Amino acid sequence: MLDTMNVDYSTRIPNNVGLAEDRTVLRALEGWHPGYIDWWKDMGPIGFQESRVYLRTAVSVDPKGWAKFDYVKMPEYRWGVLLAPQEEGRKVNFGKHKGEPAWQDVPGEYRAMLRRLIVIQGDTEPASVEQQRHLGATAPSLYDMRNLFQVNVEEGRHLWAMVYLLHKYFGRDGRDEADELLRRRSGDADSPRMLGAFNEATPDWLSFFMFTFFTDRDGKMQLESLAQSGFDPLSRTCRFMLTEEAHHMFVGETGVGRTLQRTCEAMKAAGIEDPYAIEKIRALGVIDLPTIQKKLNLHYSLTLDLFGAEISTNSANFYNAGLKGRFQETKIDDDHELTNATYPVLKLVDGQIVKVDEPALTALNMRLRDDYSEDCARGVERWNKIIEKEGIKFRLDLPHVAFHRKIGEFRNVNVSPKGIILSDSDWAKVRDQYLPSLADGEYITSLMKPCFEPGRYASWIAAPKVGIDNKPGDFEYVQIAA
Amino acid sequence: MAGAPRKLANGKAFIDFQTEPSRYRHWKLSVQGETATLAMDVDENAGLFEGYQLKLNSYDLGVDIELADALMRLRFEHPNVKVVLLRSAKDRVFCAGANIRMLAGSEHPHKVNFCKFTNETRNAMEDASQYSGQRFVTVVNGTAAGGGYELALATDHIMMVDDGSTAVSLPEVPLLAVLPGTGGLTRVVDKRMVRRDHADVFCTIEEGIKGRRAVQWRLIDELVPPSKLEERVKATASDLATKSPRSGPAEGVKLTQLDRKFRADGIDYGFVRLDIEAAQRLATITVRVAEAASAKSAAEIVALGAAFWPLQCARELDDAILHLRNNAYEIGTVIFKTEGDPEVARAYDDLLEAHRDNWFVHEIRHYWKRVLKRIDVTSRTLVALIEPGSCFVGTLAELAFAADRSYMLLGQFQGDNRPAATIELTRANFGAYPMSHGLTRLQSRFLATPDKPAQLEAKIATALDADEAEALGLVTFALDDIDWADEVRVFLEERASFSPDAMTGLEANLRFAGPETMESKIFARLTAWQNWIFQRPNAVGEEGALARYGTGQRPTYDLRRV
Ligand SMILES: [Fe+2]
Ligand SMILES: [Fe+2]
Repeated sequence: MLDTMNVDYSTRIPNNVGLAEDRTVLRALEGWHPGYIDWWKDMGPIGFQESRVYLRTAVSVDPKGWAKFDYVKMPEYRWGVLLAPQEEGRKVNFGKHKGEPAWQDVPGEYRAMLRRLIVIQGDTEPASVEQQRHLGATAPSLYDMRNLFQVNVEEGRHLWAMVYLLHKYFGRDGRDEADELLRRRSGDADSPRMLGAFNEATPDWLSFFMFTFFTDRDGKMQLESLAQSGFDPLSRTCRFMLTEEAHHMFVGETGVGRTLQRTCEAMKAAGIEDPYAIEKIRALGVIDLPTIQKKLNLHYSLTLDLFGAEISTNSANFYNAGLKGRFQETKIDDDHELTNATYPVLKLVDGQIVKVDEPALTALNMRLRDDYSEDCARGVERWNKIIEKEGIKFRLDLPHVAFHRKIGEFRNVNVSPKGIILSDSDWAKVRDQYLPSLADGEYITSLMKPCFEPGRYASWIAAPKVGIDNKPGDFEYVQIAA
Repeated sequence: MAGAPRKLANGKAFIDFQTEPSRYRHWKLSVQGETATLAMDVDENAGLFEGYQLKLNSYDLGVDIELADALMRLRFEHPNVKVVLLRSAKDRVFCAGANIRMLAGSEHPHKVNFCKFTNETRNAMEDASQYSGQRFVTVVNGTAAGGGYELALATDHIMMVDDGSTAVSLPEVPLLAVLPGTGGLTRVVDKRMVRRDHADVFCTIEEGIKGRRAVQWRLIDELVPPSKLEERVKATASDLATKSPRSGPAEGVKLTQLDRKFRADGIDYGFVRLDIEAAQRLATITVRVAEAASAKSAAEIVALGAAFWPLQCARELDDAILHLRNNAYEIGTVIFKTEGDPEVARAYDDLLEAHRDNWFVHEIRHYWKRVLKRIDVTSRTLVALIEPGSCFVGTLAELAFAADRSYMLLGQFQGDNRPAATIELTRANFGAYPMSHGLTRLQSRFLATPDKPAQLEAKIATALDADEAEALGLVTFALDDIDWADEVRVFLEERASFSPDAMTGLEANLRFAGPETMESKIFARLTAWQNWIFQRPNAVGEEGALARYGTGQRPTYDLRRV
């Protein structure tokens, strides 16, 4: 049996794309790699670059190879280029080229469109590393710190994955764009990241968990729809990235879940039943449930903006061209061309929020967002189970999609989480009930005390049920350098 | 959908070219000392027509009417403003160009006349810079696509933020299968002198060009980090102000609203009358000179302000032409007539000539120049009828020289005791009002005899009767009372029977004899290429790029090269 894997140890880059023989990409990477390492040192996690972190590294795409655990200093992490195995006879599965063989090279007429898609996806990967670089210092445990760094190095690898495509298929422009991905900086006034949510601060660990739950889930949806691409190398790249993305969402979902768990346990131990007895609950050193709801509201609404305008010509073009499909495209039972179909879109018509049927092709952002919201709702229900099990009468809910929006139909109106349109003055009065206030932020910050003793956890978060790689509870996930 | 008549928004019956800053929906004009800021902030729900939204600072004719108004006011109301900053009030968006849904749903005549007007507005910016020292600076803070970049191209200096994503682009070809309609191609190579191969690359990249390459390829003048932007804008403005020769007083002349009375078959202005005979597809514009030239000194002229005859008359004529062009597509022929005392008309021209260095007179003469240019590129048959009682003197005689033909009555009409018509030249016919290609109308008229215009200077202030005018080549035909009515009627009827498209092409080809300038090229190409491409199925057919735009479906092209 032939080993399809081709790990090129001489260049320290795990890959299954024949990197050693690919002069184009090697030449490009030679130029780009030092800049990447500099970027990681400048913009990666602060204060722990010399620490040894128990990380998984993907060295191949088969189940045995894609999660090898060991201690590693992050700058020495072996970022690789791994694509899901090529499927024999794969076709373009939607749009006007439906049924044609999937492209192994970039079709000239779609070069600019594809490059744009890849650059936008690529720009988000390093952005979150930048947003999260301060968090190590306040990690609530070594376990959480390790999870943070795992997410960070994998976002780094996702950047590599997109850069590989740019280097391999887009010539000089691709190399320029790859350089630009290292030049932009999250939140920088002069060269910000391309999308709004990736320029917001991630000030505390609850934000980090919410971000990995909500915003990495947007990443998942985008990768899912790019995994459908008729441009086969993009599809294969995204399919492999999705295996890593699952862990990021796991970090977010369990992070919030453990926070809820700890709050409920503390309330019960103190005999507090009313979840709105905020002062009393905060005195216990845990985060009250209404504040967690506010954080949820914030991150969900910021992430919805990442889906773009409800009606979008770009997404229609991407679909028709066969470059970006729908979530689980091949499992949908329709003609996969959508030239005559419609899709219901929430719109603001004469000051009312109503559903309007729009041409399905231009409503693809809306559709992906709906799929995303459903996926989020299932996760929120799992959180509610935790609260329910502890016997606390409180439910977390996703706010209305029109709530707190900066992009799309609802960007110019104030809408409550229940979907009621509010005047500016009414909104000003209730804003702090729905979104974290300054005081909420200060309270959460006050809890962000490092807890670096193996097996110990900060006051506001419960221990996980099982360790990473089945390690025991007191495992030293990060050996902090003196 | 293309070609179906579109409804004006808010129940409006016609497109009105009169506005004023307090009524602007899309622009904010503010002045601080020698610097003015024109901030584009398009109200997406205030389109001129129903059926589209003006997203991302995209524009329609309504947006451009306000811009043109603001530019007029900058010249007349703000004689001390030396630098105009053209910028966007929207975050990270400069201007997405002409609104594509507006174009896709517009009738062909609207599209072309929209482009024509926007071109005239862009030219007015260059005119202000060249002749009145009012320098324009564009601050590109985000996407400047298509018409958005063309707006920038009309300015003297283009600064762009270096934020890693802001780009300038002309995406018309890859995106819409049409050409940039506001002089973009011509200005890129003729004005900014972008190398032709670079221009070829630039004009076929939908997303455009950003960063250093935009400077290297001369597409923009400078790249500025966003955090340094305001500082650089200030420095650039003060630098340009120092170098500007403009030296008007702080107080300008207020452009008051025109007094217009709308009739079912025309418009009455103070000195201009528009009469429309729809059945004959005819319009007559009658321009009347004031009763007397009362002002003597520059101070008296400025004191009269917008009521000073040469200015009021030019504004009224301008409005009438624009009204015809954009609200009456089926009118094929425009007749120019004049009325009044030739002595008075000559006195006004002499007054303007004597005070030509006064800032206000200077602006008036340049305005007349622009109005006459607007007439030159109006795609209707233009004819001057020179009859007893008329006043084709100097500036007003330019109307006859702008016409495709002129008919002059020999002697008197039977039963009319007014003296026979004459025409008269003044200094103004010899350089004050060059056409878009740089020649005077007389120079262009007598291309075969280049000495002729100089010889004609000897005739200044001489009343020329029909025989002499015909002999000198200043009119097409001199006809007597017996022939007049029939000849004119037959001409008008014959004209009305020709293909309107053939007439547009014919007239545009014949009107501009002589060399080309960037400005004349822009209009020539608009008339020819854009007119043609905008009609082709590849753009406007059911499967063409304009119709398919926004649906996600790719256009299907007729692949034969023509
Ligand atoms: Fe990622
Ligand atoms: Fe992720």
